Amino acid sequence: MKPSLFEYVAPASLDAAIDALTNYDSSAVLAGGQSLIPTLNFRLGTPDAIVDIGQVVGLSGIDFVDSQIKIGAMVRQRQVELDERIHKANPLLREALHYVAHIPIRNRGTIVGSLAHADAAAELPAVLLVTGGAVEVAGAKGVRLISAEDLFRFHLTTTVRSDEIITAAYFPELSPNSGWAIDEVCRRRGDYAVAGVCVLLSLDGDGTCASAKLTAFGIGTRAVRLNIVEQKLIGSRLDAQTLADAGKAAADCVEVVDDTQTSGVYRLHVLAALVARTVKRAASRARR
Amino acid sequence: MSTQTFGEPVRRNANPRLLRGEGAYVDDISLPGALHAAFLRSPFARARIKTIDIEEARAHPGVVKIYTCDNIGTLDNELPLLVPHPSLTGARTQRPLARDDVFHVGQAVAMVVAVDRYVAEDVLRLIDIDYDPLPVTPDLEAAASPGSHLVHSEVPGNVAAEFEQRSGDPDTAFVQAEHITKIRVRIERSTAAPLECRSVAARHDGVTGELTVWDGTQAPISIRGGLAALFDIDEDKVRVIAPDVGGGFGQKVMLFYPDEVLVPYAAIELGRPVKYIEDRQENFLSSNQERAQIHELELAATKEGEVLGLRDSFLHDTGAFIPYGIAVAQVASTSIAGPYRIPNIWIKFKAIYTPTVPVSPYRGCGRPQACFAIERAMDKLADELELDRLAVRRRNMITPDEFPYEREGLLFADGLPVRYDSGEYIGALDKITETVDLDAFRSEQRAARTRGKYLGLGLACYVEGTGIGPYEGGQIRVHPNTGKVYVNTGLAAQGQGHETAFAQIVADQLGVPVADVIVVEGDTQAYDWGVATFASRAAVVSGNAIYKTAVAVREQLLKRAAEMLEAAPLDLELIDGKARLKGMPERSVTLAEIATLANPLRYGFSEASKSATQFAKRAKHDGPALGEGEHPGIQAQDYYSPPCATWAYGIHAAVVEVDPEFCTVRFLRYICLHDCGRMINPAIVEGQIRGGVAQGIGGALYERVEFDEEGNPRNANFMDFLMPYATEVPEIEIVHFETPSPLNPLGVKGVGEAGVIAVAATVVSAIEDALKPFGIGRLLEVPLSPSSLHAALTDAEAYKDQYARET
Amino acid sequence: MNNRRPTASMPRSTDPTREINLTVNGEPISWTVSTRMLLSDFLRHELGLTGTHVGCEHGVCGCCTVIIDGWSGRSCLTLAVQMDGADIRTVEGLAASDGTLHLLQQAFHEHHALQCGFCTPGFLMALVNYLERTADPDLSEQSIREILSGNLCRCTGYQNIVAAVRQAAALMAKKT
Repeated sequence: MKPSLFEYVAPASLDAAIDALTNYDSSAVLAGGQSLIPTLNFRLGTPDAIVDIGQVVGLSGIDFVDSQIKIGAMVRQRQVELDERIHKANPLLREALHYVAHIPIRNRGTIVGSLAHADAAAELPAVLLVTGGAVEVAGAKGVRLISAEDLFRFHLTTTVRSDEIITAAYFPELSPNSGWAIDEVCRRRGDYAVAGVCVLLSLDGDGTCASAKLTAFGIGTRAVRLNIVEQKLIGSRLDAQTLADAGKAAADCVEVVDDTQTSGVYRLHVLAALVARTVKRAASRARR
Repeated sequence: MSTQTFGEPVRRNANPRLLRGEGAYVDDISLPGALHAAFLRSPFARARIKTIDIEEARAHPGVVKIYTCDNIGTLDNELPLLVPHPSLTGARTQRPLARDDVFHVGQAVAMVVAVDRYVAEDVLRLIDIDYDPLPVTPDLEAAASPGSHLVHSEVPGNVAAEFEQRSGDPDTAFVQAEHITKIRVRIERSTAAPLECRSVAARHDGVTGELTVWDGTQAPISIRGGLAALFDIDEDKVRVIAPDVGGGFGQKVMLFYPDEVLVPYAAIELGRPVKYIEDRQENFLSSNQERAQIHELELAATKEGEVLGLRDSFLHDTGAFIPYGIAVAQVASTSIAGPYRIPNIWIKFKAIYTPTVPVSPYRGCGRPQACFAIERAMDKLADELELDRLAVRRRNMITPDEFPYEREGLLFADGLPVRYDSGEYIGALDKITETVDLDAFRSEQRAARTRGKYLGLGLACYVEGTGIGPYEGGQIRVHPNTGKVYVNTGLAAQGQGHETAFAQIVADQLGVPVADVIVVEGDTQAYDWGVATFASRAAVVSGNAIYKTAVAVREQLLKRAAEMLEAAPLDLELIDGKARLKGMPERSVTLAEIATLANPLRYGFSEASKSATQFAKRAKHDGPALGEGEHPGIQAQDYYSPPCATWAYGIHAAVVEVDPEFCTVRFLRYICLHDCGRMINPAIVEGQIRGGVAQGIGGALYERVEFDEEGNPRNANFMDFLMPYATEVPEIEIVHFETPSPLNPLGVKGVGEAGVIAVAATVVSAIEDALKPFGIGRLLEVPLSPSSLHAALTDAEAYKDQYARET
Repeated sequence: MNNRRPTASMPRSTDPTREINLTVNGEPISWTVSTRMLLSDFLRHELGLTGTHVGCEHGVCGCCTVIIDGWSGRSCLTLAVQMDGADIRTVEGLAASDGTLHLLQQAFHEHHALQCGFCTPGFLMALVNYLERTADPDLSEQSIREILSGNLCRCTGYQNIVAAVRQAAALMAKKT
């Protein structure tokens, strides 16, 4: 399984990279390669050009700006996972990264790469969505921000245009009072999720849920907010019955299909159980 | 050092070089100037080939030749039917390159030979084939039903073979039965998936006419014979080498895969070495698979649970072709009654064509399926009669005084009657029950239930006919320079540690360190009598052949040494690489000296060799230097041909926790009790068992090769075909029983497949036990995924009450 | 079949190429490679370092794992051209120059942690990197199995590998 022929371009600047993208009918950005290269090897993807942004200046930074963690396009997942400052600012990231594949993949794969690849069963898009993050995108027409809600369109499809490159991801810092959790069910360690849930919530002084955001992944064609579930939780005391009801309500937020390994019914069942479990865990971490 | 190494966990000779990355697998072998092959494979499960256009492909600057059925000469024929049998009324094997028709997605249609694999894959895409797709019925049961689409139009009902066997009088047993238990089980298809894919390289020497083939095969000698016949070359001009091989598990014993004949063909024709290294996707598309069977089994029993009769009718999925004959189904048939008496048996199978990858043995070779069927049936019988499932097993187990226990009317894979020779089945059951600590488990299970946790215990028994013939050979030579001992046999290894286990046998006989015994196998130029590595036979057949040979070499050494030391052979012992006088160790000669002197020389080309020249004192003789019937040097050859299979057995037990919410399974304990007779090297034995159990867990919970309704493979990659990682396999406790085989001098039985056979039955039995409080029905299919477990649970009332969620 | 001489001139690859400069097992290498060549093929067939094995070419089995710029990674998911300026360690660089096995290799040997040996180099490189980088590794059964979970083995059932890691990790911790 070897890649087909392509033009290989390794620009040193962002402008040169964008130019390269526009010069070819079909081109692909190579950063960590952990999602791209398998498609090349299977010849599922046969782009005319590969634009390797590994040498582009300015993409390897981790910066803390305006309560956001800005992660450059070439920053590796494992780097983020091990970074203590990031962990303090947004502990959801490290916990999510533990579920992503295996260490050698995380050593080379990038945070931005996972977002750009937008696998419906991936963890990082769900984290971006639940934290209200965004990506910075540079193209021939300039730079723009795409919020998480607007980024993920479909399995393996984002709203980034073919002549644009994601240059950084912004993950908001979490407030120190937040409760947070991520959990998933998968067949083997490191596999894509059969179903997964991310939670971010906060509690009032008396323990009532003041805010709640939940995203589900692995369950449909992209990471989605579980709005109906959120509404059930907000204002409640997050008691067992509320959690059970909220879990059941998750089914109304998603569209699920059977596949050959997993029935839709099972997925929804698991989703409901995960909602209850993650909300409980998040609540135990929240400070009133 | 006088300690015997037989039975010791000696560290493997092969390890250091493999650990250093100095293994030489086929693709590691440097062949300067080699060309690389790639295959164009059918995208349809069943189609007519209308046209093949290679013009554009041929023009590519990187290509040397493109082969189709039209330019491979006499190779354009159906490949051999390896294991013929009278029941094979509809036998079809594949052609190296398809002609007119394709019969499964992945079947080879064209071979491109090019400068490298990258370019070869480019060229594949330039070949234009016009197919006329035909309708298919990929599902096993549907393929066997009336109205199904035929894979081979001349084979009615897709029945490649139908075979019925009978032992005793099952009809009467069923008429007289006080209780009949019926069960239907389904085992899904899996694949061996060795980490090294298949590989073959060939070089033809234009001057000498010698063809050398490196093949990651389990059967180099058989491949050599086949190639010599196919290409009409003298056998001594064909050399097949199985170098280091990265796992086989049965998949690499099938011959021929198309590439195994086409690559040598191209090497001969093109006058350059040619290499083909299968990739993982191809391994899923075209290297043989196994396991899919559906059994409808009935047990006729007394109310006390004594099983008097068994009837089983099963469908066996053979894929699109049946080159390996009915071996898998035959082994399943003859293993069906396990360790139980069951004196009356009727078993019938139909080997059914489906438009999918062909089927040939994968570790276990039908035994896992048979074990799953009988063990699920025994559990069900016990439940229906309200008896303890262990008690039912004990009641039916063959006792030691009943050996040899023959199942007249059932013929094993070697064509000989099924005859169990030895074992301690009830003793094993007692021992494993004790190891599990049944009472403690039951309390723990009860306590856990009160906390909403569900623990279960599963257990399953298996028997395994091992060590079949026809024969294997041994060749041993003591080297005159170093005194090292060179050993050959006709098998090849794919990780089983032959280099060490066989060395131990020889080391013990000749009194040399294991590290000084060099075992070379897998090269037909080094030695070429024998069959192959399969069916758990290496230790039994090659082991005993090597043992017999070593005994002969020992005698030669002692006889020669006796002459040299002017003593009687009985007064000598072989220790530490020397022959020495018992009680007077300073009077000794080394093996090197003995071997040197045993070869009368004219020329003293080294200090040591001078002692063997005609005027040297020790070498002086009257008359001929070599007497009638004598041979030079210290060397011997011998063979071992087993009288029949020798039957190993074992019992597995598992304690699991099932999460009823997520329907996931966690292992708390996995215990494997096994008996393979005497063990040459317990570390190697345990390694084989643990590897087998891991594959068994794969088959129980994860592994399923899937095809869609059009016969397209759905999960031909490692992301979607799930093999267990270290996190999915538990610690495996092993209990050894050693009932020596009465059938061979070493008392050994095979163990290569032991680990895998009982796992599915054990695991499913445990899950069922865990979920009993929910009134879960019987679990009858493997692999059992969380999703399918959930489906089974949602049918149970008690589960609905507790865990129902509106959807 | 008749004895034959080659019947056609050696075909050529017309792949675009690039020069790369990198270090492999401490040795500086300057090479011209096809831009689509995978690092796994480069190491094996260009440099003759065949200890790194190829099991799947989609990053799952781990057989091809090497260490790139101090971090383990799948050589089948890396283009050789990406390695310009990189420092690579393969299994061939693990034992000492006098042939003494690395602690981890020795542990594998003692614990019978390999059978066919095909997956072994991948395990070794992933583990060496993890153990070198992790000051105080959790050596519980579960934790070790998690570390191993990126590599497939079809022969051993993993148990002896777990035991080997436990031994090697303890020894490596002592050395630092």
